[in-house]
Amino acid sequence: MKNAKINVSKFNFYYGDSRVLKDITIDIPENRVTGIIGPSGCGKSTFLRSLNRMNDVILGSRAEGSVMLDGRDIYGRDVDVAGLRRKVGMVFQKSNPFPKSVFENVAYGLRIDGIKDKYFIEERVERSLRDAALWSEVKDRLRDNAFELSGGQQQRLCIARALAIEPEILLMDEPASALDPTATLKIEELIQELKKKYTIIIVTHNMQQAARVSDLTAFFMLGELVEYDITSIIFTKPSKKLTEDYITGRFG
Amino acid sequence: MTNLTVNLKEKIGFGALFLATMAVVVPVLCIIWLIVTRGWSAISWEFLFTMPRDGMRAGGIFPAIVGTFYLVLGSVAFSLPVGVMAAIYLNEYAKDNFLTRMINLAIINLSGVSSVVYGLFGLSLFVVFFRFGVSIISGSLTLGIMTLPVIITTTREALRAVPKPFREVSFSLGTTRWQTIRHAVLPFALPGILTGAILSIGRAAGETAPILFTVAAFYLPNLPNSPFDQAMALPYHLYIISTQIPNIRLDYRYGTALVLVGFVLIMNISAIVVRSKFRKKRW
Ligand SMILES: Nc1ncnc2c1ncn2[C@@H]1O[C@H](COP(=O)(O)OP(=O)(O)OP(=O)(O)O)[C@@H](O)[C@H]1O
Ligand SMILES: [Mg+2]
Repeated sequence: MKNAKINVSKFNFYYGDSRVLKDITIDIPENRVTGIIGPSGCGKSTFLRSLNRMNDVILGSRAEGSVMLDGRDIYGRDVDVAGLRRKVGMVFQKSNPFPKSVFENVAYGLRIDGIKDKYFIEERVERSLRDAALWSEVKDRLRDNAFELSGGQQQRLCIARALAIEPEILLMDEPASALDPTATLKIEELIQELKKKYTIIIVTHNMQQAARVSDLTAFFMLGELVEYDITSIIFTKPSKKLTEDYITGRFG
Repeated sequence: MTNLTVNLKEKIGFGALFLATMAVVVPVLCIIWLIVTRGWSAISWEFLFTMPRDGMRAGGIFPAIVGTFYLVLGSVAFSLPVGVMAAIYLNEYAKDNFLTRMINLAIINLSGVSSVVYGLFGLSLFVVFFRFGVSIISGSLTLGIMTLPVIITTTREALRAVPKPFREVSFSLGTTRWQTIRHAVLPFALPGILTGAILSIGRAAGETAPILFTVAAFYLPNLPNSPFDQAMALPYHLYIISTQIPNIRLDYRYGTALVLVGFVLIMNISAIVVRSKFRKKRW
């Protein structure tokens, strides 16, 4: 694929002896939203977390095959994993702000970087909050504890926190599954904005959401990539019977 | 009928639990009441802030208070950093292998070792082997080693209580393990760590056996002015005036006990305050 940001090839992932990702080969394009769907336990989260090596810490886990990011294997030797994660940001299913102020949550990555310049930090925090479509709601509450925000605001705060360190890719694992329809809609609109700057990979359980937000959709089942295509094709004329059964709700 | 027996059983069970609780609380209250009523009359400016006179039958207990203060300070200065670092290593870095399990076992056993054993250990290691002599530094280190297991255990519990997502999010933001510990774990474990430190201060202040051979002096005419000096200390002073000095006024003994118990009590209460104050902050 031309313009592929990530090329995954023959990728396998094991938790102990169980192989939860099987020979995954997929190219993920730059500045697009790639949706990942599939029944529970099929390995969606595992796949997503393989892309920024968040699975590394799990004892007994093992990866095989290659994941090329901008042409370089992120599982290669001498890879700076922290540096990789700065390039590949992540938003989790449950919003998880730190028990700090709104401002300090967004500034977290910058402070750790040892950045002392107050104006630089303020400027970056504001831009990240704007990019996360949260600025107008929190600009007067920057010193409040992040837990005082609503669930949807907290999730956008987590997005802002991830954006503040200027990643190139954003991984989102069911980012709206704990939110009400209005908050979900906001996140979906936000994703449309974000893809202009970022490459986005989003896991979702919600078929309509996948159809609405993603440009391409990958259907996983039992650790295998069953079908991967332009979203409209996946949802209107999938080439595999399994995919059709899944999207029409015949199982899962 | 059955309802009645269930009710009765409930009442008996409740009664038994209540009595057990009282069996703990009542003696403590009795001791405090006894010490306060008999010792309160001795407490005065002179008692707290002057040197003893007349073979310790009059004057104050100032050098014992100062000595205990130095010992507590010295022991915490040693055991807090060492204990916290050990806990961080064991909790965040160490792999679950044979060595780690042996270390854990050792820590559990250390907290059960009788304090006189620490005293003898301190005597042979710090006083004799390192040639620190009978001195504040030997006593502080001995007390520090004795309180190490408390600090390690409370710190590990505090580290374990930090919600898992904090670490995960921090890692996902491209931080190293140490940066994550420093910025996403330690700040939130701090109240628990402080609680352990304060409790260990209370313990270090009250122990006699570990300081017996390592620092404590029967009587000193001057305050210590270097870490290599001997010092008087409250628990040892209390022991001396209670057993070695005849015809001493009763309220002097109880007054000394009151100062010691008061100090330990204040330390324990502040540990509770620190804990509950920080707990109110949600996360
Ligand atoms: N830490 C782990 N240790 C062992 N097995 C795991 C671990 N995490 C996940 N698994 C297993 O790996 C498989 C894939 O899990 P994964 O979380 O990737 O699925 P998922 O598609 O994200 O599911 P869901 O839609 O429910 O979130 C499952 O069978 C799961 O039980
Ligand atoms: Mg999942």
